[in-house]
Amino acid sequence: MDTEPKFFETNPTAGVVGKPLNRVDGRDKVMGRAKYAAEYNNLPGLAHAVIKTSDVAKGRITGFDTTAAMKQPGVLAILTYQNIPKLAKTPNDADGKKAIGAPMGYLPLTDDQIHYAGQPVAVVVADTLERAQYAAALLKVQVAADKPIASYEDPKAQLFDPEKIQDGKADGHVKRGDAQAAFAAAPVQLTHKYTHAINHHSPMEPGATTAHWEAPDRLTIYESTQGVTRTQKSVSTMLGLSAEQVRVVTKYLGGGFGCKGSAWPHTILTVQAAKAVGRPVKLALTRPQMFTGMGHREDQTQTLRLGATKDGKLTALIHEKTSTTSPWDNYAESNSKIINMLYECPTFEASYQLARANVMTSTFTRAPGEAPGSFAIESSMDDLAYQLGIDPIEIRLRNYAEKDPTNGHPWSSKSLKQCYARGAELFGWSKRNPKNGATRDGRLLVGWGMATASYPVHNSQGTARARLYADGHAVVQSGATDLGTGTYTVMTQVACDALGLPMDKVRFELGDTKLPTAPNSGGSVAAGTVSSSVYMAVQDLWQKLIKVAVLDKKSPLYRAKIADVEAKAGRLQLKSDPKKGEGFADLMKRADMSDVEGNGQGRYGSGYEDAQAAANADQSKKDEAAHHSMHSFGAHFCEVKVDPDLGTVRVTRWVSVHGAGRILNAKTARSQIIGGSIFGIGAALMEGTVRDQHFSRYTNASLADYHIPVNADIPEMTVEFIDEHDPHINAMGVKGIGEISMVGVSAAVANAVFHATGKRVRELPLTPEKILGAKAV
Amino acid sequence: MNNFSYTQASSAKEATASRAGTAQSAYIAGGTTLLDLMKANLEEHAQLVDINLLPFKGIEQTADGLRIGAMERMSDVGEHPLVVQNYPAVSESLLLAASPQLRNMASIGGNMLQRTRCGYFRDAAFPCNKRVPGSGCPAIAGDNHNLAILGVSDACIATAYPGDLAVALAAFDAVLTLENAKGKQRRVPVTEFYVLPGRTPQRETVLEPGELIVAVTIPNTAHARRSTYLKVRERTSYAYALASAAVGLDVQGGTIRSARVALGGVGTKPWRSPEAEKVLTGAPATEATFRAAAAAALRGAQPHDDNRYKVELAQNTLVQALLAVSS
Ligand SMILES: Cc1cc2nc3c(=O)[nH]c(=O)nc-3n(C[C@H](O)[C@H](O)[C@H](O)COP(=O)(O)OP(=O)(O)OC[C@H]3O[C@@H](n4cnc5c(N)ncnc54)[C@H](O)[C@@H]3O)c2cc1C
Ligand code: SF4
Repeated sequence: MDTEPKFFETNPTAGVVGKPLNRVDGRDKVMGRAKYAAEYNNLPGLAHAVIKTSDVAKGRITGFDTTAAMKQPGVLAILTYQNIPKLAKTPNDADGKKAIGAPMGYLPLTDDQIHYAGQPVAVVVADTLERAQYAAALLKVQVAADKPIASYEDPKAQLFDPEKIQDGKADGHVKRGDAQAAFAAAPVQLTHKYTHAINHHSPMEPGATTAHWEAPDRLTIYESTQGVTRTQKSVSTMLGLSAEQVRVVTKYLGGGFGCKGSAWPHTILTVQAAKAVGRPVKLALTRPQMFTGMGHREDQTQTLRLGATKDGKLTALIHEKTSTTSPWDNYAESNSKIINMLYECPTFEASYQLARANVMTSTFTRAPGEAPGSFAIESSMDDLAYQLGIDPIEIRLRNYAEKDPTNGHPWSSKSLKQCYARGAELFGWSKRNPKNGATRDGRLLVGWGMATASYPVHNSQGTARARLYADGHAVVQSGATDLGTGTYTVMTQVACDALGLPMDKVRFELGDTKLPTAPNSGGSVAAGTVSSSVYMAVQDLWQKLIKVAVLDKKSPLYRAKIADVEAKAGRLQLKSDPKKGEGFADLMKRADMSDVEGNGQGRYGSGYEDAQAAANADQSKKDEAAHHSMHSFGAHFCEVKVDPDLGTVRVTRWVSVHGAGRILNAKTARSQIIGGSIFGIGAALMEGTVRDQHFSRYTNASLADYHIPVNADIPEMTVEFIDEHDPHINAMGVKGIGEISMVGVSAAVANAVFHATGKRVRELPLTPEKILGAKAV
Repeated sequence: MNNFSYTQASSAKEATASRAGTAQSAYIAGGTTLLDLMKANLEEHAQLVDINLLPFKGIEQTADGLRIGAMERMSDVGEHPLVVQNYPAVSESLLLAASPQLRNMASIGGNMLQRTRCGYFRDAAFPCNKRVPGSGCPAIAGDNHNLAILGVSDACIATAYPGDLAVALAAFDAVLTLENAKGKQRRVPVTEFYVLPGRTPQRETVLEPGELIVAVTIPNTAHARRSTYLKVRERTSYAYALASAAVGLDVQGGTIRSARVALGGVGTKPWRSPEAEKVLTGAPATEATFRAAAAAALRGAQPHDDNRYKVELAQNTLVQALLAVSS
């Protein structure tokens, strides 16, 4: 039987958990006191490194002319593959890649090969940043260039069917029932192609590393990463050091969105540079380098075939994806996952095709797979609704999955029907004219669209430590990351409720490998796993105090059974007779304890005997281990106004309603949903990196030319959450909302454009060019 | 960015004189164009001469029209009551440009000399005839979705001036006052200030080395008073135009007495369209007339693969702008 305590048992009414509190780190941020990775400027002798990148996308380095660069004052070193300190392991072979957990199966500066434009070819270190930059400009790299392949669309590109994608984490072929036969027999058949532009994460803070060798075998790096532990593992493995010898610190992060989920080349290059010059070295990627330094969402085409009955019941879904990958890795976002699970459909088939090109490896980008996958399925569902004359919400209800269609497991909780209903009410959906192109505001065409969102709760586990002082202060720690989204704040709230202390008495610390290990902040796991860890650590601390109390003759709880005592709002008391008990401070003073410490583990699927098994399970087996499928669900509603002559699309209203388990802070949660929706609106309407097909090099690698939404693009947004009590998910009942917020967004926008204009555009982003060029159906 | 020396000039004479001493020298006003180019190693200057203290200031009525000093900032000019009242298209072209931060720094003179957003020009790793004459133009067979369809050559198809203000100034017959090192001033209409790329896309204007932009003067006319600037982009703000139109009409009794039309985002230079103006002048102010004018304006268009959409977009932009001023 499971004995793990759960938050809603010990705290049937939450105190500060869930409240829309301001960020506890907000003041430090606006005062400039929050230190980011590239701001540790007081290290003794700090030097500055600049990466010199390759102009061409394919070729071989034949030489370097360092004369002019070395003559510059202040230059300390020019490192190339010829003279950079050697590593114990590189990701250049499969074993090395796996051991390192590297995002890319090639590390630059290990040989003379050039595989992609923007690949680092040298690191220039100088005493000031400006000197390093100028010397890098003077450094001449001689190259024998080859003709590159730019993408899967290149006529010379060879397509192949990978058995596995994403470093073996997902299958290249998925089959459930006989989808081909079911499609052939379906009275309603839709076949459509969807394309997605290359997207870059573009966080405000670029990738940055400050490396400090405190001793020949002891390294500290201040790193812009979504996970200090993963970076520690990568760097220590490459160096041949024990993890214990490498400390990674990330106190603040200026956004990540997936691109900081792994240690990219610049991190280890900085560490090697610091070794070479014998001084602490700092390196920050430039904005153009951010386009070739930390991955991207790959260029891709999806073909979705959908078979249905005349009354709109799905009978078959067949999905094919073709995308570009690097010369070494079989990376593709697993778009098919969400298409497989979103609706009740008896058959399903998915396959992936890849083409190797001279590009760096693409990587997780907010809702990897779910975002572009939902664009395909949610656009097609809209088409189906339109074709059959059924309301878009009704078609989704007709295909509502009461169980997980992929494995038959029950959902741990699912409030999607409530999300549809509440969203429709907030938006005024019932007033929607079912006709396309029939609503106007002056010259502008008005359209309403909606889409379903879902994101899995990935299994993960983490740890935390809580120390309570007799004077009523507490420090709680976990080596988690705050991407800027509110981790500091929500974890403080959880600790406060668990301890029964006010916000100003509890400090939460994170972002350091010296603290208890936490998972990467990615895949929306941080909120659930870390909050559960914090909660469990406090429970551990109470258990220790209860043990002291029952042995203390002076305690009202003397000789009580441990199992009969509970901790409530900072008081230890008998469950059966709450008046019998005492506050922790009295007990600790009497026992002469200055403080007490607890450790806890938060994990996935905590409602089970085999919670540990669920947390440890292989991704594909996790639902089985937990006996439930765990997902967040939601719905987005969008109004657009389209200029029929100019092709411009503006989002004018937005409603998102989600059921995502316990919401830890109404304000930061709302910000997450707004942020993800804006991220999705960017992908829908404007984001796209253009790769020249002859040079395989980007032509708009700057934030002036790669457009992300500005305030003027975004209307007032309405966000609500459905109250969910999920007893299965983890000790806190938290599902995570970092990614579901952008799932379905681009489809909601495209569906609204379809409703406004009768034009169905399946190529993202929906720019004026495409709107003008499309024909109304 | 290379090392450079920095001098501050307080008069035109001082500015031209200090510059004359060094071959590789540039004036710096707001720096919003110049520093971006230097940081990307696209331009190298051994010396920067700061002209922010030059007395090229003032926004005032003269016999020739409204005279605006070259050192006035975009934000101040865009919000000036005389500009808002008498030249709405000019005011709009300024306030729809860039971002508030940039407009607060950027000068009118510097605005005239901003450089193309062609991605190949902006990245020294690519060949580019404009940056390195004779190296080739990859945009023609490559990514040209934001480049020009009018005035293009085999050497270059960039919108050399990607911005807005000069489009409005070209429409309303504005004249630049220039001053050379000898202190000699000359007046050049904005329409003649920019030159077509031809075989020398590196040459974009008739400005001589060392010559300063002192001021711009816009005649006071009926069509300028009834004018507008329509800018189309997929992002609502802080983006260059995919297409834009500066138009002004003097309509009396339903008939167009005089018309001014210039297009942005589609020409290798700010694109004044006498063809469209000819169709408009003397014709009834109707949508049919406007469509005919738009067709005339784009008749000579030479689009490439990615920017074919601009032919229709530019025409629709022009029609919408004309409808807006005529209603
Ligand atoms: C991200 C971004 C977005 C932008 N968006 C837009 C937009 O939407 N629309 C738009 O119109 N513009 C836009 N701009 C361009 C902006 O308007 C120009 O950068 C600005 O007007 C240049 O003025 P400045 O004073 O900063 O010029 P500087 O950068 O100081 O100078 C530019 C050039 O002009 C020369 N120069 C300056 N003044 C004189 C003078 N008086 N005489 C002779 N030579 C001179 C300099 O030597 C230099 O070569 C954008 C710029 C950026 C960076
Ligand atoms: S269009 Fe002009 S600016 Fe662009 S690459 Fe060609 S020559 Fe250079």
